[in-house]
Amino acid sequence: MQLWLIPLLPLAGFAVNGLLGRRLSKTAINAVAAGSVLLSFLWVLKTLSALGVFGGGNPLEQTYVEHYFTWIQSGALNIGVDFAIDRLTAVMLMIVTGVGFLIHVYAIGYMAHEGGYYRFFAYLNLFMFFMLVLVLGANFLLLFVGWEGVGLCSYLLIGFYFSEKFATDAGNKAFIVNRIGDFGFSLAVFLIVVHFGSLDFATVFGKVQSMPVESTAGWMTAIALLLFVGATGKSAQIPLYVWLPDAMAGPTPVSALIHAATMVTAGVYMVTRSSAIFLHAHGALEVVAIIGLATAFFAATMGLAQNDIKKVYAYSTVSQLGYMFLGLGTGAFSAGIFHVMTHAFFKALLFLGAGSVIHAMSGEQDLRKMGGLRKYTPITFWTLLCASVAIAGVPPFSGYHSKDAILASAYEYAPWMYWVGVFTAGMTAFYVFRAFFLAFFGEPRWKADAHDAHGHDAHGHGHGAPHESPPSMWIPLAVLAVLSLVGGYINIPKWLEPMFKVAPEESGIPWTAMVSVAAGLTGVALAAWFYLIAPAIPEGLARTFSTPYRWIYNKYFVDEFYDSLVVNPTVDGSRSLLWRVVDAGGIDGIVNGAGKTVRNVGGILKRMQSGSIRSYAAWVVLGSIVVIVAITMAGGAR
Amino acid sequence: MPQLPPSVPLSWYLALSLILFVLGIAGFLFRRNIITVFMSIELMLNAVNLSFITFSYKLKQVDGHIFSFFVMVVAAAEAAVGLAIILTVFKNRQTLEIDELSSLKN
Repeated sequence: MQLWLIPLLPLAGFAVNGLLGRRLSKTAINAVAAGSVLLSFLWVLKTLSALGVFGGGNPLEQTYVEHYFTWIQSGALNIGVDFAIDRLTAVMLMIVTGVGFLIHVYAIGYMAHEGGYYRFFAYLNLFMFFMLVLVLGANFLLLFVGWEGVGLCSYLLIGFYFSEKFATDAGNKAFIVNRIGDFGFSLAVFLIVVHFGSLDFATVFGKVQSMPVESTAGWMTAIALLLFVGATGKSAQIPLYVWLPDAMAGPTPVSALIHAATMVTAGVYMVTRSSAIFLHAHGALEVVAIIGLATAFFAATMGLAQNDIKKVYAYSTVSQLGYMFLGLGTGAFSAGIFHVMTHAFFKALLFLGAGSVIHAMSGEQDLRKMGGLRKYTPITFWTLLCASVAIAGVPPFSGYHSKDAILASAYEYAPWMYWVGVFTAGMTAFYVFRAFFLAFFGEPRWKADAHDAHGHDAHGHGHGAPHESPPSMWIPLAVLAVLSLVGGYINIPKWLEPMFKVAPEESGIPWTAMVSVAAGLTGVALAAWFYLIAPAIPEGLARTFSTPYRWIYNKYFVDEFYDSLVVNPTVDGSRSLLWRVVDAGGIDGIVNGAGKTVRNVGGILKRMQSGSIRSYAAWVVLGSIVVIVAITMAGGAR
Repeated sequence: MPQLPPSVPLSWYLALSLILFVLGIAGFLFRRNIITVFMSIELMLNAVNLSFITFSYKLKQVDGHIFSFFVMVVAAAEAAVGLAIILTVFKNRQTLEIDELSSLKN
């Protein structure tokens, strides 16, 4: 079935653009970058249809595995380069290549005026390669390879504007915070090797499933928790979420592709993939649920007061990822993956729409300086409206279906989690529509020709009035808008049912769904009231509740807390102890000392080199005598 | 092989060899004229030859003889080359003082 073609096509695109891109024309770069992803997408479609996915019947009952070669053979441990497709992978493949292709097309329009054009598309293709390895890999090590690879590409693309200090800082932050999570992940992988003697998904999960359900060994919980530590890093959960909002320093298509639609859901995918382990570790599963819920809630509150349009959506991403983990933690794995898919549609659309707005505003990202854009950018307006209603959970659009599957599962698990989730859903609707209303309605708060091109995206190319985006940008928006609206009718939980049991569907609409829809609509209504009808209210509220507002506005000072707790001690310790004492004193002392000693000894020895033959002869005689005496003392030359 | 007179013990030959060798060293170290130094080298070589012959006689083996012939051949070749070098040095520098021939240093 040639599964290897799926990731290898974008890799080829990366190689061509990365090595030759400097000499290629923009058209050629576009063709290679988007074309390789399109081919990959078509190959996914062909593979899946060959596996019977689009026909009737019951396709992919069994995991389809392709073995290429043995990678590591060490004792009993045998790790192969194997790709596998099961129903979960099929969903992820469709999301990654489909949404990925749309975003590549969008980026052609968005990046048209940027420097480093070929570099950008080379990185983007490399990201696609690693992401596809991540979802196709049939063992934990290949998963880890993809995992690290997407982290690398994320770092490269966040720091794409490498001449800006904040961009490189954000890239470093993302990379370093992810190291913490990856450390946990690698420990989990080691534990799996120790306890199962294999890293193959089939072997490991087979052994886990043959264990009795009640057996919740401590090491099983440890594996599950360590895997989840990895997921908190990659998927931006408390306590490691801090890198994702800063990651918005990258170009907007990157935010859409990597930091909303695909890479950040890798943690959700990984936990879902390891569901067998998590189901044997209920404590760990509860931790997943609580962390997910807490992340959803706190990220939503932080999103309430952000003024940068991309930051609003970034906190929204963190919050929605929290929802996904809430679903996983409460046992609704298929609902979590369902939300991964719908979230990929509407969040990619939100970011691309935000990019379109930023493009229209020539680099301005501050919501306070937008307003009244509806007239100027009608397509962006309508598509962003689609995304906003989808994320707000308004029926019958996609967010409603997946979010309510999660909330229903949370209610089964613990009612209080459901209520917190509902409250969060209300906040989500509020802040998303707040951004929407601030950008598109009201009086324009900008002046034509007066934008200084200082935007975080460095996307300024002074045009006068705001303008609609080119077709390469709005066509992907339109496609994603359609998907955001109707994506909820792709019944992922039913599709995944052979892998993850689903609670029997109740007839009619459960009241839990009605409550959460009501919460969402309330959020929308409040946003409309605050930002359309009575703009004085939010300012008044911010004044009345100045202390909570200050906390939310400053994101609970978590960054400052981490700075003072971890970052500054590390930097200061490195500077004063490791650098000044250990490096300058110790290591340099040894190295320079060795050199100095050799020079001193040489300074003495060089006096032997007098240039007089007779003194050399004297040394020879002296040396011979010493050798003879030594041999004699040692008992003769026998 | 002729029988040596019994009145001359073997150690005398070795002692003579040692004396000749030390004289050679002393000459090499303390004389300044290159030709004298050169002769000192020949003296040392022959001192060694003498001890080779002595041991060869004592051990009733022919190896020592072979070796001493070998040394003689090398010494002859060395004498030819060495004297040629000395001639050239004298032509170029008008001196045979060994201490003045130190231009290789620095």
